[in-house]
Amino acid sequence: MVSTNDLYDMTQEELKVPTMAEMMAQGQQPEVLFWVGCSGSFDDRAKKITKAFVRILNRANVPFAVLGTEEGCTGDPAKRAGNEFLFQMQAMMNIQVLDGYEVKKIVTACPHCFNTIKNEYPGLGGKYEVVHHTEFLKSLLDDGRLTVEGGQFKGKKITFHDPCYLGRANNIYEAPRDLIQKLDAELVEMKRSRRNGLCCGAGGAQMFKEPEKGNKDVNVERTEEALETQPEIIAAGCPFCNTMLTDGVKAKDREADVKVMDIAELIANAQDL
Amino acid sequence: MSYIDNILFVLVLAAGFGYFALNVKKLRRNIKLGKDVNRNDNPGARWKNMAMIALGQSKMVRRPIAGLLHIIVYVGFVIINIELLEIIIDGIFGTHRLFAFMGGFYSFLIGFFEILAFLVIVSVTIFWIRRNIIKLWRFAHGDLKGWPHGDANYILYFEVVLMVLFLTMNAADYHLQGVGADHYTQAGAFPISGIISPLFDGMAEGTVILIERTAWWLHIIGILIFMNYLYFSKHLHILLAFPNTYYANLKPKGQFENLESVTNEVKLMMDPNADPFAAAPPTEEGAILEKFGASDVQDLNWVQLLNAYTCTECGRCTASCPANITGKKLSPRKIMMDTRDRLEEVGRNIDKNKGTFVDDGKTLLNDYITPEELWACTTCNGCVEACPVNIDPLSIIMDMRKYLVMEQSAAPAELNAMMTNIENNSAPWQYNQMDRLNWKDEQ
Repeated sequence: MVSTNDLYDMTQEELKVPTMAEMMAQGQQPEVLFWVGCSGSFDDRAKKITKAFVRILNRANVPFAVLGTEEGCTGDPAKRAGNEFLFQMQAMMNIQVLDGYEVKKIVTACPHCFNTIKNEYPGLGGKYEVVHHTEFLKSLLDDGRLTVEGGQFKGKKITFHDPCYLGRANNIYEAPRDLIQKLDAELVEMKRSRRNGLCCGAGGAQMFKEPEKGNKDVNVERTEEALETQPEIIAAGCPFCNTMLTDGVKAKDREADVKVMDIAELIANAQDL
Repeated sequence: MSYIDNILFVLVLAAGFGYFALNVKKLRRNIKLGKDVNRNDNPGARWKNMAMIALGQSKMVRRPIAGLLHIIVYVGFVIINIELLEIIIDGIFGTHRLFAFMGGFYSFLIGFFEILAFLVIVSVTIFWIRRNIIKLWRFAHGDLKGWPHGDANYILYFEVVLMVLFLTMNAADYHLQGVGADHYTQAGAFPISGIISPLFDGMAEGTVILIERTAWWLHIIGILIFMNYLYFSKHLHILLAFPNTYYANLKPKGQFENLESVTNEVKLMMDPNADPFAAAPPTEEGAILEKFGASDVQDLNWVQLLNAYTCTECGRCTASCPANITGKKLSPRKIMMDTRDRLEEVGRNIDKNKGTFVDDGKTLLNDYITPEELWACTTCNGCVEACPVNIDPLSIIMDMRKYLVMEQSAAPAELNAMMTNIENNSAPWQYNQMDRLNWKDEQ
């Protein structure tokens, strides 16, 4: 059992990120596959979330692996944009890779990857146990494989933005909130939360296009609502929500006093004073 | 007494139910224009949904004020319609208050109906004020301009008139019972109409009988008219909410359907043993190649069409739509209203052309729903979650997007770029797949 007390010191340490190929070469099978996702692999902000999650996995000695260069987009944005053909091509390729490595359990920090692999891959032959990283982190804490104390977040006002593809799409509302409460932080709810949570504006492939003509951007609307709770931190559980809300905070000129952070970053930095 | 009344009553009743049956037939035919989809799995969960959501109004009360008022009107109408059984039997056989033999229980029933009727009038009045005086955002919204606005108010007027007739009928009856008029046996309790009945004091018995009979006739005729109005109105939800909640999607909301026709093609493409030069398998004579997605109502499935007829235009979907509340054109309520309007148009076309649809040069896409609306959707499922009767506007939006992209290659340019990236390098951005693990070593 380890404490997140040590996590900050670890940031200087080298991350241990084995790939499935390396594991297989050694005849090993990890407990869980960490599906990093495109955002977590390439987006500068999301890469920090990826690393924070890996630091926790390393600290808790979770035998995990990534697909690395064998991972490809799940096809979520193609499917939501209406391109079923491209989606299924991506899905079939990924399923071939996953099945090749006999993957049983997958964890991901992206609710879009989570939803697609969990709900849409089984119909195409890809059947895995899929968990979101907030659920996985909660299970690490529940099983005593990781402990966390509030540290720098003790008493801080944190509001949680429900990602649509975690919340409404899959009815997961409590795991991220339980984790925030484990930090001894003050969890404040927005007017629209849980099943009524307002979208950040990125879903359905909106992330990749300019919005249609309107009188406001969705992320600004949502950020204003988050700011109404007077938070010190807006917590997210999705790299796309994170980007949208970060942009919203910038648009409202509140970067100086309000941070947008992923739940994994909160846990990893819990003792970072 | 002659039998003219009884015969007239039976004729009115037959006409009322006959025309209604005709429209129900039309309704069924129109819904069946949709493609087949199997929603007969897991009947246990389906019955439970219907019991909780339609019968139990569990999603209505998420907005407590509207929910409570709605329950009053809903319970009022269901319960007061028990009285209809007596009215129909009385009408056919010329009896009066046939169930009076139940004595105390009858009094309890009539008294209960009266209190409900009064509460219905109060609730409907508040509904009218919310819609016309306070002008709640959902009701003042542009979706409801014209007929939908009128329709909503006509329903409220209908309800008030029916309840007033019911109470007038009882008040006159109560008065006549008091003065010992022939035929009017002592029966029932009249907590509300008893307050009105003193108005009849001093009136000639014949006049009060005329008032009672008029109210009785107008009440039953009004109910028959209201029943037949349903097919033309958003008020159809009082019937369709039940099948609609039964047949609603049971899968996780994030799970979008995988097109089977695409699966077969993709499998063939990825099969190393497939002969790349093989001729396409012969299609059956007259077989229509399956179209991807939906451009018109016939491309949607029957549950989506049932959804359209069930929608009562409350606008909870639109009020929770991130696109609509930030001023975009998309409104999930309008998606449902457009689908119903187009379906009705297609239905009329079929009626006019002896049972077959003749191309009218119009489609649901473009003529009713524009690509601009479809592309504004974030697929957040807010509308689906908000609907008190589990209507799924998102599935229609998605089917139409599929048509735009797979049949017309008409995605917005930025989305085409995103999709090209996925095809080329397996990520929505232009990064090399070989760089996917670079983050590991970056500072």
